[in-house]
Amino acid sequence: MSTAASDASLDFSVRRVGAMVRRYWYLLISSWPRILDLIYWPTVQMLMWGFLQLYVSKNAGFAAGAAGTFIGAVLLWDILFRGQLGFSISFLEEMWARNLGNLMMSPLRPTEFIAALMIMSIVRLAIGMIPVSLLAIAFFGFNLWALGLALVAFFVNLILTSWAIGIFVAGLLLRNGMGAESMAWTIMFLFLPLTCVYYPVAVLPHWLQYVAWCLPPTYVFEGMRALLIDHVFRGDLMLEAFAFNAVLFSLAAYAFVRLLASARAHGALVQAGE
Amino acid sequence: MDAAATDTAAIAVKDLVKRYKGVAAVDGISFALPTGSVTGLLGGNGAGKTTTIAMIMGLVTPTAGTVSVLGAAMPGQRYRVLHRMNFESPYVDMPMRLTVRQNLSVFAQLYGVPQAKERIAALAGELDLTEFLDRPTGKLSAGQKTRVSLAKSLLNEPEILLLDEPTASLDPDTADWVRARLERYRKETGATILLASHNMNEVERLCDRVIIMKRGRIEDDDTPDGLLARYGRQTLEDVFLDVARGRGEAREVAR
Repeated sequence: MSTAASDASLDFSVRRVGAMVRRYWYLLISSWPRILDLIYWPTVQMLMWGFLQLYVSKNAGFAAGAAGTFIGAVLLWDILFRGQLGFSISFLEEMWARNLGNLMMSPLRPTEFIAALMIMSIVRLAIGMIPVSLLAIAFFGFNLWALGLALVAFFVNLILTSWAIGIFVAGLLLRNGMGAESMAWTIMFLFLPLTCVYYPVAVLPHWLQYVAWCLPPTYVFEGMRALLIDHVFRGDLMLEAFAFNAVLFSLAAYAFVRLLASARAHGALVQAGE
Repeated sequence: MDAAATDTAAIAVKDLVKRYKGVAAVDGISFALPTGSVTGLLGGNGAGKTTTIAMIMGLVTPTAGTVSVLGAAMPGQRYRVLHRMNFESPYVDMPMRLTVRQNLSVFAQLYGVPQAKERIAALAGELDLTEFLDRPTGKLSAGQKTRVSLAKSLLNEPEILLLDEPTASLDPDTADWVRARLERYRKETGATILLASHNMNEVERLCDRVIIMKRGRIEDDDTPDGLLARYGRQTLEDVFLDVARGRGEAREVAR
């Protein structure tokens, strides 16, 4: 009987994933402030860092300025940050709507729920990032799309990290309710100094560099600088990032399963509020 | 509890215990609900009704004991049977920004309801929701929202329907209407219904069995008529008050 149970729990239905994606799509298109919010802040960030880069390159003769490392960094950082936020906000929508009980009592599997959240994080990211990347070309002549296959490698690694963090945060929310909401908004900022978004790893104190090299995005941002400044695509860095992502993703999935089991044991799914 | 009855029951609960930090919310209860029965779970606040229902739904892991629903052990085997169950509670909402039609179509897809459009149209007709189908759920009145939740809970024509205070916060007319609809559903489908309620009229009208809980234990378990006769009372409310205030045993002994 336990075999049958595990078989049933491992069933994966594209139909149910599609239902959840529809649910989030309906929500997104029902509210123009939600769509505006996806574009507004990435645009502000890109403009601010773009103008700062212009200023630095003109006044300090900083070579990296011309190469567009600041704009590149802010756009890639937004993939990491907005990817996680897109995942976590879709999850939070269920808690804000007090709909989690309906979903938990439905045949929806956790894996299907997570798959839908991943899809929505890409949809939300696309809505925000495509217009902003076009604005970067218009304002600063920086063409993110010209990075070609390197951009694909950067994107895959960054989105994997963002999903891993999103899955961990979803587990925290299930276990601790809305008391863990602030984690959804702030957890990624821990990565901002440690993954060396705007400066090389060598800037960090020696001991902190070991920590930085354990985080997959560090490899992406170093790879971006190598590409923009030295015109070299570091495939080795991307492979290392992918390996660390595999570890991070596995740890996040394990944490989610444990947190969900703990939520069931502590009755947290019944009272998924404050 | 009769072993044969437990084996064939739609819902079977045996020696069920749930403790939170050492405090028993449910303390060793057992019951078996035959297919097609309507059972009321009565009890004051903190009696353990919601925790019991949550364990039956697989939302809470028992500390000890077993729960079986349609032959599946909960919560481990819940995905074998969740598509054959559904529930409704005023403490769980449908997403407010989505229209009624959007909400019902999402849940129809989740439950794999065949011919979903026709099913939604039929339910909307039965539950008097047709004119609200394209209105955001959040713009509806409390009674209309309850009918939407009820429509969601009936979408997959569940064999097991769990209801947590289905008519709480409804005006008497709407509450009566909901009860009539539930009675009809049971007659038409032979579904097994378990409802937790504080409303004694509701329990008296709908249920053919009443389980009264107090401090996590089952204090009494009988038909409504059986309870009224044994306690010598005219209404279930008086029976409930006797049990709640510890007068039940005294009255039975006196008789």
